[in-house]
Amino acid sequence: MTGDKQLLEIQKQETHIAGFDLISNGGLPAKRTTLVAGSSGSAKTVFAVQFLAEGILNGGGNGVFVTFEETADDIRQNMLGLGWDIDRWEREDKWAFVDASPQPGNEVVEIGAYDLGALIARIEHAVQKVNAKRLSLDSLGAIFTQFANAATVRSELFRVASAVKIMGVTAIMTAERTEEYGDIARHGVEAFVSDNVIILRNVLEEERRRRTIEILKFRGTTHQKGEYPFTVLPGEGMVVIPLSAIELKHKSSNIRVTSGNSELDKMCDGGVFRDSIILVSGATGNGKTLMVTEFIAGGIDNDERCMLFAFEESREQLFRNAIGWGIDFEKMEEEGKLKVVCMYPEAMGLEDHLIRLKKAIDEFKPNRLALDSLSALERVSTIKGFREFVIGLTSFIKHGEVAGLFTATTSSLMGGSSITEAHVSTITDSIILLRYVEMYGEMHRGITVLKMRGSKHDKDIREYTIDQNGMHIGKAFRNVTGILSGHPRNVEPEEMERLSGLFQEAG
Amino acid sequence: MSESVLKLFITGHTPRSEQAIANLRAICENELGGQYELVIIDVLERPQLAEDEKILATPTLIKQLPPPLRRIIGDLSDKDKVLLGLDLLSHTEPKSK
Repeated sequence: MTGDKQLLEIQKQETHIAGFDLISNGGLPAKRTTLVAGSSGSAKTVFAVQFLAEGILNGGGNGVFVTFEETADDIRQNMLGLGWDIDRWEREDKWAFVDASPQPGNEVVEIGAYDLGALIARIEHAVQKVNAKRLSLDSLGAIFTQFANAATVRSELFRVASAVKIMGVTAIMTAERTEEYGDIARHGVEAFVSDNVIILRNVLEEERRRRTIEILKFRGTTHQKGEYPFTVLPGEGMVVIPLSAIELKHKSSNIRVTSGNSELDKMCDGGVFRDSIILVSGATGNGKTLMVTEFIAGGIDNDERCMLFAFEESREQLFRNAIGWGIDFEKMEEEGKLKVVCMYPEAMGLEDHLIRLKKAIDEFKPNRLALDSLSALERVSTIKGFREFVIGLTSFIKHGEVAGLFTATTSSLMGGSSITEAHVSTITDSIILLRYVEMYGEMHRGITVLKMRGSKHDKDIREYTIDQNGMHIGKAFRNVTGILSGHPRNVEPEEMERLSGLFQEAG
Repeated sequence: MSESVLKLFITGHTPRSEQAIANLRAICENELGGQYELVIIDVLERPQLAEDEKILATPTLIKQLPPPLRRIIGDLSDKDKVLLGLDLLSHTEPKSK
């Protein structure tokens, strides 16, 4: 293992699989073999096919696909749905199959010793034929089912692996796993290719399937650690969601913009920061959607492009409500300043939602964005998945220097906090609480700015009312305590004075 | 008796390949009475043929004719098994003992 060649740093080859190049710090180790292990249904074949497809589509070179399990015809057919026309690439000599799948009706008798020389010769031939830079073998373990002599196959697979190394292609070998957390692969296949290992998982968590990808090791080079969620989308294939791989390098701006409510702006010392994320938390019917509506209208007035993602109400409902407050969403949309996207939370998994949102944001390029509500999304996901979603979304919109307003619904009417808050409060820059306050048998509403990063803000809990003109913030509650804890208690003025006197003495 | 058409795929002229060829020739001469056509294909020289026939292992023997099609892999070191596998026993007079 000496010589100048060995001293070269390992190069990476960009896969162009969305998100994967981020978590792998630049792609797969070039001219090496990577083992991709996963249980059944973990999208191993998709990964193997996409690796070649993206190579052809993005100038990464042609590919050879060796299939041990499905027939070439099945793969051609199945991958059409993901947008890859393998048949056409084959005609254009960009893609070649080596079909090593079991041939039905072909009874094979084994008499004496044999080797897999023909397989190696076929792979070499195919690589030369299309001048391949990428090679996928899917899935290695399946070859054991075709031969009676496992010991021979095992030693022959070593030969295949070393032959692939010599070919100078960047290769993927997939292997079946029997359990999500356990041995890397069945049949001990990892023994053949142990330099680089990627694990795909498809875990059932609280009745929901969660797909993750983990780079277990890249020998001699770096990668991001841990599991990253991914999803498989029609027309696109696998999309990895690189959460912690996203760098915290977004600029922070001192420019303030209106929240859409001048009184609230005053409470926030002149408005919210242009690239900050605001969380509005409140019980149902407390005016969260109104705040969203005003936030959008405030943006439109300043000639900003606005976007609204609604997961709780239909378009018609939203538009009707807004009209009730004198705001015409329909006209704004016609003028191209606003885009309202309504989605049913249960329509897809949270990973898919995230990708849809990102795509919509990329297309419209809004200056401000509102999401109503996070809590609605929370119910279609596990806690872990939800956290990842919020982190993924916030870092994405912060990157684009977009002002964001998310709403969260508290579970109880009076006070209390929502689970949503617990998960996102550290991520958001500002938190505004809307609370019901019961006083002398009457319901009042209170608003307070709980936190605002990088700015001073009003510490009072103020009363607000809602009428046809929107939200009006009034005076602070002076003689009530316990609003936030959900147990408001009236305090007599004399008691108030005594209390404040107490502090003066102590101070 | 109809002529048998046999194809033997090998990977280069390794000892195993030579062994398989020798074994097969002996069987053909002795058991098929010379009524055969044998094609030997080196997959290193003709990889496309291996691709067309979807050959994985070498040596692989394919009996094309007479039907049914038969495939045997290995160095063919057991004569009786080869004849059985090729389904050719019925065409020859079984020797006593």
